[in-house]
Amino acid sequence: MPVVHVSPAAAPPVLAPVPPPGMPVLSIDHLSFTYPDGHPALHGISLHVKRGEKIALVGPNGAGKSTLMLHLNGILRGQGSILVAGLPVNRANLPLIRAKVGLVFQNPDDQLFSPTVFEDVAFGPLHMGYPEADVRRRVEKALHQVGMQGYLERLSHHLSVGEKKRIAIATVLSMEPEILVLDEPTAGLDPRARRSLIALLRSLSLTMLVSTHDMRLVKDLFFRMVIFDEGRIVADGPTDMLLEDAALLEAHGLEQP
Amino acid sequence: MRADLFDRYQARASLVHALDPRAKVVMAVLFILSNVLLPDGAWAAFLISWGAILGISLLARLGPGFVVNRSVVALPFVLAAVSAIFSVPGRPVAALELGAWRLLVTEAGLIRFASIVVRSWLSVQIAILLAATTHFPDLLHALRHLYVPKMVVAVVAFMYRYLFVLADESTRLLRARDARSPRPEGGGGLSAAWRARVAGNMVGQLFLRSFERSDRVYSAMLARGYTGQLLTLNPHAMQAKDWLALLLLALFSVSIQVFSRL
Repeated sequence: MPVVHVSPAAAPPVLAPVPPPGMPVLSIDHLSFTYPDGHPALHGISLHVKRGEKIALVGPNGAGKSTLMLHLNGILRGQGSILVAGLPVNRANLPLIRAKVGLVFQNPDDQLFSPTVFEDVAFGPLHMGYPEADVRRRVEKALHQVGMQGYLERLSHHLSVGEKKRIAIATVLSMEPEILVLDEPTAGLDPRARRSLIALLRSLSLTMLVSTHDMRLVKDLFFRMVIFDEGRIVADGPTDMLLEDAALLEAHGLEQP
Repeated sequence: MRADLFDRYQARASLVHALDPRAKVVMAVLFILSNVLLPDGAWAAFLISWGAILGISLLARLGPGFVVNRSVVALPFVLAAVSAIFSVPGRPVAALELGAWRLLVTEAGLIRFASIVVRSWLSVQIAILLAATTHFPDLLHALRHLYVPKMVVAVVAFMYRYLFVLADESTRLLRARDARSPRPEGGGGLSAAWRARVAGNMVGQLFLRSFERSDRVYSAMLARGYTGQLLTLNPHAMQAKDWLALLLLALFSVSIQVFSRL
C-alpha cells in the first residue's frame, strides 16, 4: 500500500481566494532593490500584467531581469509594492504567493534537485500540503501538459537538456500557478528542442512573463514586450512596434530578429 | 559524460530486486556485521559467506562474475591493514631491515592481515550487491524509514544528484586547462610546482561554482514552497517475503558465527 509521508506538522492545503476577473495578475509599483554588497539592481520598476497576457522581458545581461523575477515570489525583497493576484508579497503571504508564481530557473540542473522526475514534479504540491491522490493527479497532469508522460520514474540526471527544460516547467505547472515566470527558456537548446519548447509555451494558456535574449522567440510568441536596462524599464509596448525601432534596440544592446 | 558512471543499479526482474529496500538495507548491514565479527583465520566460514554472496548474486540474475569484478576497486584500501603483519606478537617467520628499523613478520600477524583483507573484500561485495539490486532513490527512502536523520538523508540525496553535475563541471575545467597547456617541442615546459598551483586554483573554482549553485538550488526549492521539511510519497511496505528474507539472513549470520567458533 502506498504511504504518504507528509509530516503531521505540515501546513494544511494552501487554498487562495480566487481573484475577481479583470484584476491584474501582477502589479509592481515603484520597486527598487540594492544587493547587500551595495550594487544597485532595480530603480523604481512599475509593471502591470493582465490575466492571460504573455510578456517578453528583454535587455542586456545584468539589466536586472533575473533580479526582478526573484522578487515576484519573495525570494528577494526590495522597497516598493508587489501584488500577485491581489495579494501583497509579504512574509505572511509567502506560501500562497509561491504557489501562484511558477518560477522556472534558467539552468534546469538548479531546478531539478530530486533523484527522480516524479519527486521533482511532486515537490511543489507536496509542500503546499495536498493529499497523496491530489499530488499524483497534479503530477500526471503537469507531465501531460509538457508532453513527458511516462517519465515518472526516470532519473533527472539521465535526461537531455531539452527534456530537463520540459520537466523543469512541469515542476511549477504542478502547482497550478496564476503566472508562469521563465528565465531564458531557450538558452542552450538545439534548434529542434527550441522549436518544440516554443510550441509548448504557445500551447499553455497561462499568463506568462519570460526573460530572454532570443528575439525571434519574442517576435513569434509575445504580443507585449518590456525592455530593461540598468535596472529601469526603458520601453513597454506592443512587440511589433518596438521591434520596428532599430535605434531603440541598438541603444539597449538588442537587435532586430 | 556518461551518466551511468556512478550508477550501480542493474535492472533485472528477480526475487532480490523485488524485496523491500528497508529489508535489503538491514540485511546488508547485518551480513557485513556478521562478516566483520568472524574470528581471524576462520577460512571455512569465510568461504561459506562468499558462497552466500555468490548465491544471492545468482538469485539476482547478476551472473557470478559481476560482484567480484566490481569489488576490485576497493582492494587498494586494504593496504591500510598492512601494519597488522608486523604488530601482532607471535612466532616470527621473517624479518625486514628498513634502515635502522627491524620489522618482524609474525605468523599471527600474517593470518590477521589475510583475514582483514578477506573480510573487507567480502563486505565490499555485499555493499555492491545492495547497490546493484536497489534503486538509489529507494535506498534513500529506506534510510528514512529506518530513522536515519532527515538531514543526513537529504545530504546523501543531494550528493547523489549533484555528483554528476560536479563531475561534468570538473571535466569542463580540466578540458579548459588542457586546451591552453601546450607543451614546448622536445619536452620541458613548466614546473610541477606551477602545475600544482593550477590544480589548486581549479579546486577553488570548483568550490566557488558549487557554492553559487547551492544558492540557486536553494532558491529553486524556496520557489516551490520549501520550508525546511523534505516530504516524500513512498510506495514501500514490508511484506511476508521481506520478513522471511530478513529472518533467513539473521539465521544464517548466527549459524555462521557459531560454526566459525566450533
